[in-house]
Amino acid sequence: MSSLWAELEQFLDEIEKPARYIGGEDGMVKPEHSPDKTSWLLIYPDTYEIGLPNQGLQILYEILNERDDSLAERSYAPWVDMSREMRNRGIPLFSLDTHHSAEAFDILAFNLSAELVYTNLLECLDLANVPFYSSDRNADDPLVIAGGHCTYNPEPFADFIDIAVLGDGEEVVGEISEIFTEWKRKNDPKKSRLQLLEEMAGLPGVYVPSLYEANFSSGRLLSISPKEESSAPNIVEKRTITDLSDWPYPKNQLVPLTEVVHDRLNVEIFRGCTRGCRFCQAGMITRPVRERPQEQVLTMVEEGLKRTGYDEVSLTSLSSADFSDIESVITEVMTQDACSPVSLSLPSLRVDAFTVNTAAQMQQARRTGLTFAPEAGTWRLRNVINKLISDDDLLAAVESAYSQGWRRVKLYFLVGLPTETDEDTLGIVSLAEKTLEIGRKYHKNPSVTVSVGGFVPKPDTPFQWFGQNTEEELLRKIYLLRDAAKKIKGLKLKWHDSRATVVEGILSRGDRRLAPVIEKVWKEGGVFQEWSEHFDISIWKNAMKSENLRIEDFAYRHREEDEFLPWDHLSAGLHKDFLWQDWRDALNNQGLEDCRWTPCYDCGACTGYGIEHVVASAVPPAGGSQGTGVTSEQKEIRVSIENKTSFKDLQSSGVKK
Amino acid sequence: MKCLRVRYSKLGKIRFVGHRDVARIWERALRKAEIPVLYSQGFSPHPRLSFGLALPTGFESEAEYVDIYLDDDFFDIDFKETLVNQKLNDSLPDGMNTVAVGVVETSEDSLQEAVDSCIWKVKVSGSSTEEFEVSREKLMSSDTYEIQRERKGKIFIEDIRSQVHSIAIEEKNAVDFNIITELGTKPRVLRPTDLLRAMNPEIKTKNILRKEQLILQGNTRFEPLSFQKLDPAAPAEVMA
Repeated sequence: MSSLWAELEQFLDEIEKPARYIGGEDGMVKPEHSPDKTSWLLIYPDTYEIGLPNQGLQILYEILNERDDSLAERSYAPWVDMSREMRNRGIPLFSLDTHHSAEAFDILAFNLSAELVYTNLLECLDLANVPFYSSDRNADDPLVIAGGHCTYNPEPFADFIDIAVLGDGEEVVGEISEIFTEWKRKNDPKKSRLQLLEEMAGLPGVYVPSLYEANFSSGRLLSISPKEESSAPNIVEKRTITDLSDWPYPKNQLVPLTEVVHDRLNVEIFRGCTRGCRFCQAGMITRPVRERPQEQVLTMVEEGLKRTGYDEVSLTSLSSADFSDIESVITEVMTQDACSPVSLSLPSLRVDAFTVNTAAQMQQARRTGLTFAPEAGTWRLRNVINKLISDDDLLAAVESAYSQGWRRVKLYFLVGLPTETDEDTLGIVSLAEKTLEIGRKYHKNPSVTVSVGGFVPKPDTPFQWFGQNTEEELLRKIYLLRDAAKKIKGLKLKWHDSRATVVEGILSRGDRRLAPVIEKVWKEGGVFQEWSEHFDISIWKNAMKSENLRIEDFAYRHREEDEFLPWDHLSAGLHKDFLWQDWRDALNNQGLEDCRWTPCYDCGACTGYGIEHVVASAVPPAGGSQGTGVTSEQKEIRVSIENKTSFKDLQSSGVKK
Repeated sequence: MKCLRVRYSKLGKIRFVGHRDVARIWERALRKAEIPVLYSQGFSPHPRLSFGLALPTGFESEAEYVDIYLDDDFFDIDFKETLVNQKLNDSLPDGMNTVAVGVVETSEDSLQEAVDSCIWKVKVSGSSTEEFEVSREKLMSSDTYEIQRERKGKIFIEDIRSQVHSIAIEEKNAVDFNIITELGTKPRVLRPTDLLRAMNPEIKTKNILRKEQLILQGNTRFEPLSFQKLDPAAPAEVMA
């Protein structure tokens, strides 16, 4: 198979942002295809600018290209002007690395990290000339694999994929390659695709939807279990790598030739999170915490900056200020010998004054805005969602920011949270107002931007049973905020389209009945649904109606305790009874302290896999526990369910009970 | 004050990378090459680089220029032409290569102001060479030549005759032919595609390549590096 470049260059100058399609990034490899190797096309089904920086994809790209039995190239969803031209000219989806057709690959592997990209999965399959439904594919078609956070409920797109991978991909991509390469080598026509899939289903972390049956009765899902003739496991467990230091990837982070989001060096400092925010799926499914050794972090930063020429590095994780001894990491990075100033950023800033001081130290070269995420407007509701930030914490952080030169502060909130009242919703505006009052002490015209998202309950969280607010209710709350915000000078309110929230809600906890809905939306031109200029709720509503499905059944309905959930045959390690108890606690306004410095609550993530949090220090991080300044009488700490030997270690390391 | 002037090429796939992205590529290349660029002052400091005339996305070039502002110490102590050239070349992506480096006084006109014309090579199809010669003759023999150009979404009629210094067929192939043309850049850059479209709307253009950017003084044309070299030796004449 030869390169499609000669055809592409004929018309690329008529295409918007042609640099999206040329490849050539620093760090790119041009692998040699050979029959002895399993060839992977790693696809991020959104634009190049969004997809290129994805660290998960880059990690697997390197690992697969380092192996002898596999190779990997990359592709991203072509924007609508490009796909139109590709179809006119009969050009299939192609890789950016060697511009080979997708048809030249054994495996098409999709990174799915948000629900609204599901129609783009179909768009990419269509451009690759691959049948949508796994049942329509045969041995000549590539294997279609999905990974990323959305695979914790893959049911809405289960019919389109051959395999879903749950959890960390570092090890399992090698195991899949081994089986596939062997299957190719034997080329035994008797050993069918079904046998290949059966073998794959034996790998931990691998879910093969076609080997399972979903049973429905009067519009309710009753069970999903392996078909009688299949040896696939009843429960598929996620994969977890225990030691991040074994995987110092990406070693050669791709440096794009054109501007992308997060255009900087990214070094992952830990995986997992123990904060326990109840709305946060990422925090729940990536447990336990696994820190990268500080020494390795510093080497990766130093070598990465030198190799890429970036002057900005981001230390990535779900709560980077919680990294053990983060202060000395920051000092080391900021004082390293470089000929130009280096900026450091910590995404997901904790809300406290300590963090702001750190930010001021980090951003000597270039100051970006400061964003805090209190998530809810009142202390009561923040207990419900377990984001234990007091008003005082937030205001101290804000004071620290304004006093150190920041004039603009951004605050991020969710509306539509469980138990939310109008008082909670309006609490958002009063917090913003207090923020501005503090700002006026330091600046003439301080400003605060409040961004409001609509809450979508996610699988594997305590809120997985919660009935999402309706489109109308979310809109009512947003208008409530808009009216209250109008009177306040310096307050800018932004909100997420509540119609998109509805569609996210349908897909987030949906089941296999949604496959024809997604297909219909795609057919009606519903691609790039994350982009407001392409999103259209009426297509979704029509598609639901034509399949006789009701939005309330999927999104707005409260689930029952004994109800089978579409992801109950898949496991992120969390015990369902832990999640249910946490849900009951939430409804009682009861917070739950971080398990890193309190006794284990036995959520299942550590015990189930026989691992523990890998942290250099189990004491609360600098800046205070949760950075909250919360006094103990304000909250009750739940007693743990099960005794464990590791308690002693935790308690002896200076944790107050 | 002096600065480092670099001539570089932009060929192949990277021609689809736009001007602003090229600036970012240079900022990273300089850090990789450990060349201590001076930074602007202020809230958001930037490396002080100054580029020549923007090359339209999709066009190739053998003659792009960037002026890099550096501390005088750099030239007094560290500057070794071949080493700097090599280090920069190694730090640039595939398709971008340094052609030459030199030192210029920063008091000179900026590159954008200094350059008066560009030499372009274009592959032309959709017209016979005979047809092309007829339209070329018409163009070169008239005193005025008005074409339609788009600027900020509006259509302007402009007389560009004085900007066409030369235009000629260089090479004939089976279905197409190459032309070489020198076009003025003042008051605004005249693109070869705009000119050719005006000469014959049927014409299709491909492989557009900027071969030179030139500074005119009297009747002499200078290449920007040789023109401003600190060495007062007689500047080399590039074209008659």
